[in-house]
Amino acid sequence: MDIEPTFSKTNPTAGVVGQPMSRVDGWAKVTGRATYSAEYSGLPGLVHAVLKTSDVAHGRVQSIDVSAAQRAPGVLAIFTHQNLPKLAKTPNSPDDRKAFVSSPMGFFPMESDQIFYAGQPVAVVVADTLERAQYAASLLKVSIVPEATISSYLDPKAQLYTPKTVKGMPGVTKRGDAQEAFAGAPVQLTATYTHATIHHNPMEPGATTAHWEGPNRLTVYDSTQGVSETQKTLAAMLGLATEQVRVVCKFIGGGFGCKAWVWPHTTLAALVAKAVGRPVKLVLTRPQQFTSMGHREEQAQTLRLGATREGKLLALIHDKSSTTSPWDDYAETNTRITNMLYALPAFEGTYHLAHANVMTSTATRAPGDMPGAFALESSMDDLAYQLGLDPIQIRLLNYADKDPSNGHPWSSKSLKQCYQRGAELFGWNQRNPKNGQTRAGKTLVGWGMATASYPVHNSQGNARVRLYADGHAVVQAGATDLGTGTYTVMTQVAADSLGLPPENIRFELGDTDLPSTQWSGGSTAAGRVSSSVYLAAQDVWQRLIKVAVQDNKSPLYRAKIEDVMVVKGQLLFRTDPDTGEAFGEVMKRAGMSDIEGSALGRYGSSYEAPRAAANADPNKKDHASEHSMHAFGAHFCEVHVDPELGTVRVTKWVSVIAGGRILNPKTARSQVMGGSIFGIGAALMETTERDPHLARYTNADLAGYHIPVNADIPDMTVEFIDEHDPYVNAMGVKGIGEISIVGTSAAVANAVFHATGRRLRSLPMTPDKVLAAMREPV
Amino acid sequence: MATNHDPDLPAPHDEHRRNFLKQSSLLTALALVPSAVVEAAESKLDERVAEAIEKIPLSLKINGKKHKLKVEPRTTLLDLLREDLHLTGTKKGCDYGQCGACTVHVDGLRVNSCLSFAVMHDGQEITTIEGLASGDDLHPMQEAFVKHDGFQCGYCTPGQIMSAVACVREGHAGSEAEIREYMSGNICRCGAYANIVAAIQDVKSGGKKV
Repeated sequence: MDIEPTFSKTNPTAGVVGQPMSRVDGWAKVTGRATYSAEYSGLPGLVHAVLKTSDVAHGRVQSIDVSAAQRAPGVLAIFTHQNLPKLAKTPNSPDDRKAFVSSPMGFFPMESDQIFYAGQPVAVVVADTLERAQYAASLLKVSIVPEATISSYLDPKAQLYTPKTVKGMPGVTKRGDAQEAFAGAPVQLTATYTHATIHHNPMEPGATTAHWEGPNRLTVYDSTQGVSETQKTLAAMLGLATEQVRVVCKFIGGGFGCKAWVWPHTTLAALVAKAVGRPVKLVLTRPQQFTSMGHREEQAQTLRLGATREGKLLALIHDKSSTTSPWDDYAETNTRITNMLYALPAFEGTYHLAHANVMTSTATRAPGDMPGAFALESSMDDLAYQLGLDPIQIRLLNYADKDPSNGHPWSSKSLKQCYQRGAELFGWNQRNPKNGQTRAGKTLVGWGMATASYPVHNSQGNARVRLYADGHAVVQAGATDLGTGTYTVMTQVAADSLGLPPENIRFELGDTDLPSTQWSGGSTAAGRVSSSVYLAAQDVWQRLIKVAVQDNKSPLYRAKIEDVMVVKGQLLFRTDPDTGEAFGEVMKRAGMSDIEGSALGRYGSSYEAPRAAANADPNKKDHASEHSMHAFGAHFCEVHVDPELGTVRVTKWVSVIAGGRILNPKTARSQVMGGSIFGIGAALMETTERDPHLARYTNADLAGYHIPVNADIPDMTVEFIDEHDPYVNAMGVKGIGEISIVGTSAAVANAVFHATGRRLRSLPMTPDKVLAAMREPV
Repeated sequence: MATNHDPDLPAPHDEHRRNFLKQSSLLTALALVPSAVVEAAESKLDERVAEAIEKIPLSLKINGKKHKLKVEPRTTLLDLLREDLHLTGTKKGCDYGQCGACTVHVDGLRVNSCLSFAVMHDGQEITTIEGLASGDDLHPMQEAFVKHDGFQCGYCTPGQIMSAVACVREGHAGSEAEIREYMSGNICRCGAYANIVAAIQDVKSGGKKV
């Protein structure tokens, strides 16, 4: 059977997909009824666990005096490395670690007396109330014999090395002879960019409520981006079968990468809950959040860019140095984007890591691509300025018509339209080509732009659709909604697939009892889950057609299956669209109260079935994996710089994104604004300072760590390019969560350069750095 | 321990507390044998002792409903709402008054409930996000937040909405710039700021009672 395009590109008013529908979970969120992981208060006998963490970054626990804490009222148990129940498998063993689906760190604390980073858990106190647990934890006397610390890759004691691989990519990438090409290039630019440590800081800190319903039956309410990954990893660590662990996350208060993994506090909560025989709630404090769920590592990038005098790129040599933990070779893969963004004949990328006394850094919104784009897009701006070209012109001059990193054609690419539309919306053609020429009163005004891109990663997952004869449906997938709109967009997709109004759909997610799917991360969820839902609805169609053609009371009786098409919840003769009947009619006559369908949806290069795609040409035989898949976009920024105070304010912002099919422009616009604000924060204010001697954070709270507030952010303009991609997945969705931050910091820095004539290459561009730059000659 | 006072403990300033601690230490001597401890805790002996000595009577009107409570003086208004009364709409984002997620109204004024002890509010009227709507009818600010997509993950949202209502009532919603300034005590990491401003402007100009 051919699949009819329910989501008609030519008739967007046909359904609710692509419409700016308000969030279906909005009511729950604005009334306080949405239940987050620390809010399952009704569990019988629920008690509280509080972590005690190390003030010392390196050393050995000599003793933990628990006597005072034990005497404190309400205390049920105190766990240290001496009495913590043993895990079946720990990441401390490389062999064990292979069994984990989600293992962000090659270390689990409290397995021994060793301390490797400040903030490492050394004890867990369980008491009947939160206040009593907190008080008892404060009574613990932890004595640690300190050893010499290494605070970061910048520490004089740090030893830089090049790892074999980082996140599955080689530690050194070479394409062509970049060294020779650079040496021979008529125009050479060399610059080093530095980045502060960044923390995700979702508004909801990490939180786990663990409830053992029986000796081998655990339910965990966890603030996680992936219930399935958490389920499988916890099962392996606790020595349970996957089925014996249920993970629930109906609402999550932001993630941005830090909740994409199973961190120690979640496992600790499950362990101590079993030991005390009560449901246990463990919530990280805000300071603990800084040392419990990873961060974006501090790093330096040196770019050596070679070009012709006309501005055509000849070579790029990209070196990244960064801090990793004592156990892991972890780095964001910055060279992914620098190797593919422009038509570049020769590339060389090398990672340099240094072990230090810090936990393993982790995925942070657009890991690698975000800092990589800052460096590349700042250098491209320099190149444009040096050659007297417009910043858009230099990018068009080096426009990549195919992916230079692998030679594959793009599955779709609408970057030129992004530049064009962004420039129109911003009024870019009014830009003064000279730096430092525009003033508004005392302040210097500058305009900057940058390119954005993010890859389409492979992922897959299941969904189930149960259609009731009364025209309502329950649709399920064990996905999560990080605020990205998953609840809403899946409701829209299900509604159109089944020809029902969205209010007749209940979409359920966030529970491992539902069909399993992968995490919300890497911008994969929208495309993967929507495709699964759409294909599961098609499974329902197929089943209904089979029932109808065998029913002698149906107008479709004895029709060939391939002669039946589906339009808006109706089965119709392809050759005679006036003849047919509604889904419900078929079901009622057959005595079916409901019918279920399910499907596996694939996303990315593993998606090999263009015939199943609603928007694909069914006669086209080419395959997804032969294509390079990326979303593209452009950000435009205006800043006002106070030359006396060194303050930078973003006063105007335009983002234009081509991300395939946009399922809901309202939630998508919000997501892109949010990503840009995340990038503006990294550009102007966000930094976690680690003491160079003690390797301890000095500003681990929201007063010391500055996140943009309302007054920091102007009104923003976001638009999407209507893009049709038949290769990425059945719904043609690329995902927009990550691309929204890529290039943003560069757009700000390029605007600062335009305003002041000073190039700032150290993030964040705080007033002290701006003032120091202003004192330098132009 | 009565003679050699542990410096990490509060001064044992009265006999009651000392007796309490002695008794409590008997109960928790087996702290590392959880099953025995849990049994002791189940008997609520600790609780009964603490009830008499450590808890303070408190009357609060929360979302129009009177509550007669006994709370420890160290319990914050936020923890009382979330942990004891199960009013979890009010969120804990930082516990230090730095993020605004815990914003509630006390006698009509917005406060960070994490920065105030519950016992400081004896006789006062508290409104939380759960008390803003009348039945199924959303407050205009709640409606406007849905309409303008003034949130993503929803975790800062109750605090934003309580602040937004106060912002309008205070007369600080006169312009976009003023709204941005007076809403800057509420952090939104998802970055819904522009939409929050739009929601507040919509309510301000909508003419409905706020």
